[in-house]
Amino acid sequence: MMIFDHYRSLFISGFGYTIAASLIALVASLVLGTFFALLQLSKKRAWAALGNAYVQFFRNVPLLIITLFFYLAVAKVIKMTGFVAGTVALSLYTSAFIAESVRAGILAIDKGQMEGALANGLSYGQAMSRIVLPQAFKVAIPSLGNQFINLVKNSSILAFVGGLDLMYQGNLVAASSFDTFTSYIIVGLFYLLLTLPLSYGMQYLEERLQESR
Amino acid sequence: MEKNKKRLFGISASLILVLLLVLFGFWAANRAHENRMHQDTLARVKKTKTINWGVKTDTKLFGLVNTKSGQSEGFDVDLAKALTKQIGKQVGEQLTPTFTPVNASSKVQLLKNTNIDGVLAVMTITKERAKVVDFSKPYFPAGNSLLVKKDSGIQSIQDLNGPSKTILIALGTTAADTVKKEAPKAKVLALQDYASAMQALKAGQGQAIVTDNAILYGLVSENPDYHVVGGIMGYAPYGIAFDHNQPGMVRQANQALDVLKKNGTYNALIEKWFGQVPGLNLSELEVQA
Repeated sequence: MMIFDHYRSLFISGFGYTIAASLIALVASLVLGTFFALLQLSKKRAWAALGNAYVQFFRNVPLLIITLFFYLAVAKVIKMTGFVAGTVALSLYTSAFIAESVRAGILAIDKGQMEGALANGLSYGQAMSRIVLPQAFKVAIPSLGNQFINLVKNSSILAFVGGLDLMYQGNLVAASSFDTFTSYIIVGLFYLLLTLPLSYGMQYLEERLQESR
Repeated sequence: MEKNKKRLFGISASLILVLLLVLFGFWAANRAHENRMHQDTLARVKKTKTINWGVKTDTKLFGLVNTKSGQSEGFDVDLAKALTKQIGKQVGEQLTPTFTPVNASSKVQLLKNTNIDGVLAVMTITKERAKVVDFSKPYFPAGNSLLVKKDSGIQSIQDLNGPSKTILIALGTTAADTVKKEAPKAKVLALQDYASAMQALKAGQGQAIVTDNAILYGLVSENPDYHVVGGIMGYAPYGIAFDHNQPGMVRQANQALDVLKKNGTYNALIEKWFGQVPGLNLSELEVQA
């Protein structure tokens, strides 16, 4: 563990950037994803088509290409660092997958729930946000957990655009210590430090919600 | 209660798995370590009748993949071919060169794992690197310089010594040390390779690229809006790297390099790759007979 002691500050700062990027992207992609899921299910054909186009586009293009697009092309117009470009790309990319999970969740809820809510005088918006969505999220949790774990790991895309994250620092350490193997093992352990609790957390949440049903 | 037990089991099982993975990692690293103590590069080369060289795939003039053939082409690659032939003559075997793409973070590890026999990939000789690999005599004179946009007004690295400036470098190059010494206040951003650094410079992600002048001239030849400024910061020649503790192979390589320099092959290769590069003084590169 000599390498860790020697480059501790690099690993720690990279870990910080990875956590920051993951948290921002997690919130942003959850909001965006839910929005586009609702858009896809809209009764207005045009809105549904728009939502579908968004989801199809972002889930079928490699994350690296979206990232490079923001870092190299968009940055010419709107100044942004590699960290910002990477986090924005990660949010958009993940939101497409989350939209699909949430959409599946909503479709799994019995039609009667919506009909009943509407019959009781709730507006469509109220019925969606208070009756259908809470149940839909419950159904979608295992699949959302998958997306969140992928998101944390995918944040390593920041390394390609100088995003200062864990992978970026890991590359630096590997290149300057010449011990590629140990450097990446340390990086891998740091990712586990994030993803394992997340995994178990989601599992725990799933069990808790099962019980409350 | 039952569920808690299950969860506890799950958590401990994955912790054990992680531990096993780490142990396996160290075991593998250890084996690789043992391997390199016993493997003699020259003996291996003689046995397999090939020399497997690690070369760059993204560096114009030294090792750049030709998109048609899929093979790297450049000064390093041609020198590797000539050296292979000459070393073959010296040891009395017919040797063929093969090539493996390497990058900054993989080249040393590949040498240690004996996936490749030698590295000819714009590798600067440094004290730190000499602790883990063996270097031949210098085969190419180089030094860090500055690539900036022509209308940027930047004349030297002192113009970039401020917290609002970002200097782009390629991962694992000596440029990081140069910038730390010459412009300690500037931000340094390491990109994956020279091509990515050039793209980032064009996108305005930094004000300059710092790396070896010969590589910068290669970038200029494709990007005429940019030029090299600031002179050479420190003389830092390239060397051919072999695994640590390989006196036999290093001696053969040095001897072969001397022969190529004497019989004109070396100058012919310099002429071939750097003869057309504007701004580069050829007489500084060629060896005088």
